[in-house]
Amino acid sequence: MVDWDWQVFCKDTIDGNIVPGCFGRSGDITYLDWLLSAWGWTLSVSALALLVALALGSLMGILRTTPNRWLVLLGNAWTELFRNVPLLVQIFLWYHVVPALIPPLRDVPSFILVVMGLGLFTSARISEQVRAGIQSLAGGQRMAGLAMGFTLPQTYRHVLLPMAYRIIIPPLTSESMNIIKNSSVAFAVSISELTLFALQVQEETSRGVEVYLAVTGLYFFSAFAINRLALFIENRVRVPGMIGGGGH
Amino acid sequence: MIRCAAVVAFISLTTFAMPALAQDTGTLKKIKDSGSVTMGVRESSGGLSFTLGDGKFAGFHVELCQRALADVHQQLSMAKLDIKYQPVTSQNRIPLMQNGTVDIECGSTTNNAARQKDVSFAVTTYVEEVRIAVKANSGITSIGQLNGKNVATTTGTTSVQHLRKHERGAGVTFNEVYGKDHADSFLLLESGRAEAFVMDGQILAGNIAKSKNPHDFKIVGEVLAVEPIAIMLRKDDPDFKKAVDASLAAMMESGEMAKIYDKWFMQPIPPINTRIGLPASDATQAAWAAPNDKPMEDYAKQ
Repeated sequence: MVDWDWQVFCKDTIDGNIVPGCFGRSGDITYLDWLLSAWGWTLSVSALALLVALALGSLMGILRTTPNRWLVLLGNAWTELFRNVPLLVQIFLWYHVVPALIPPLRDVPSFILVVMGLGLFTSARISEQVRAGIQSLAGGQRMAGLAMGFTLPQTYRHVLLPMAYRIIIPPLTSESMNIIKNSSVAFAVSISELTLFALQVQEETSRGVEVYLAVTGLYFFSAFAINRLALFIENRVRVPGMIGGGGH
Repeated sequence: MIRCAAVVAFISLTTFAMPALAQDTGTLKKIKDSGSVTMGVRESSGGLSFTLGDGKFAGFHVELCQRALADVHQQLSMAKLDIKYQPVTSQNRIPLMQNGTVDIECGSTTNNAARQKDVSFAVTTYVEEVRIAVKANSGITSIGQLNGKNVATTTGTTSVQHLRKHERGAGVTFNEVYGKDHADSFLLLESGRAEAFVMDGQILAGNIAKSKNPHDFKIVGEVLAVEPIAIMLRKDDPDFKKAVDASLAAMMESGEMAKIYDKWFMQPIPPINTRIGLPASDATQAAWAAPNDKPMEDYAKQ
């Protein structure tokens, strides 16, 4: 029943002729070239958004566990704001609404906007995980750190965070895999990533099944690679005898 | 091969085992046996096929299909024919036609050679011209002036392919910006993120008509491509195609087709009573004058 046509990826994007070797020459591009560039966009958006999310999410998560009421309030407000608005809506707000209110933002490339949008959305989720990680530690840990003469930042740096981060590696792994999949919203603001590639190319070539299978495979491969990397990190940093650290 | 065998078995079954019903095969037989027919329609394809909400659909192609099916109803001398409406998208319309979920698709499907391998088309009822919409005060009048500019188009449409061909031919380069749907692409033009919006003429005209200030926009420049838009049918079903084609050709002949066109493209249409304001192009009128089901590739040769 199914007649595959994988040659579709060797076609030139302009005249639809099959190019020998599958890679376009002298400025012409084939669908395979386009697929790889789309994969690159997906990975770039995801990687940069993950950096933004880890930095801001950690900061906000830590603030929410400090003794200062105002800092806790700031962290809570941040988390609830970005967690309670759908991702696609946030992307549209950054792309269409915010530049209308602040005209200079119109010149910011949509790539930066989507990295920030996706990063901020994910930072709310990471903030929640960091907070949970820190609060799962026995209260005595913080007191012991302070009693040793550490300042509060030193207590976080040397006592609380090293344990909290080890505990939350599994949910952080899920979050990193999610960000690959969530990066598909970038198609809505014209980033030429995998989802846009699939929507556009299945229409141009009429070979939807092959195109979607290839794109699915790349998403799976990317997310799974992160999963394996996280597992490697988890094993490397494991401290026997600590929570989540060992024995099993 | 299994499909081939099934078709052979089906044909031999209908020709030999039931000689009395030999004249009604394929979709016609299905319609007669079930007393119903399923029409594939689009949620938002300009004046061709769109939803009025509440499961109701209307448009130029929807009305043509309703009339063609009324003729089929008469031809089969059935007591009652129940028309069901099934919304389709550009992604699923061909698979749904192949697996029998829809019997006749009345949307905005381009008849091209690649699709003719999977489905069949009735005679061309509308010829689309791919055009450029710009802001009226932009001073842009042709594709050559788009060099280095942002050009918007909608994800999942073929317009951008024509644009790329022109790009190479005319030696201009521009940035393709993809809107996720037509309304989004138009917003890119309206908000200044793109200097031009390249799309089917009737979609451009419809979006401009619906905008806040229709006078701020205009359609300019050369026709980038022509695409025959037709009602889609199942492949290898000559009887049903013949019935639909005959009905459409009669409407073209009598001038009824032009009247129906006028109703959907020149008069105010529901749901909000806007006018698309796009007279039938020369290419469309030529298709009515000489009914044919030539694919897009044949138009390009002319």
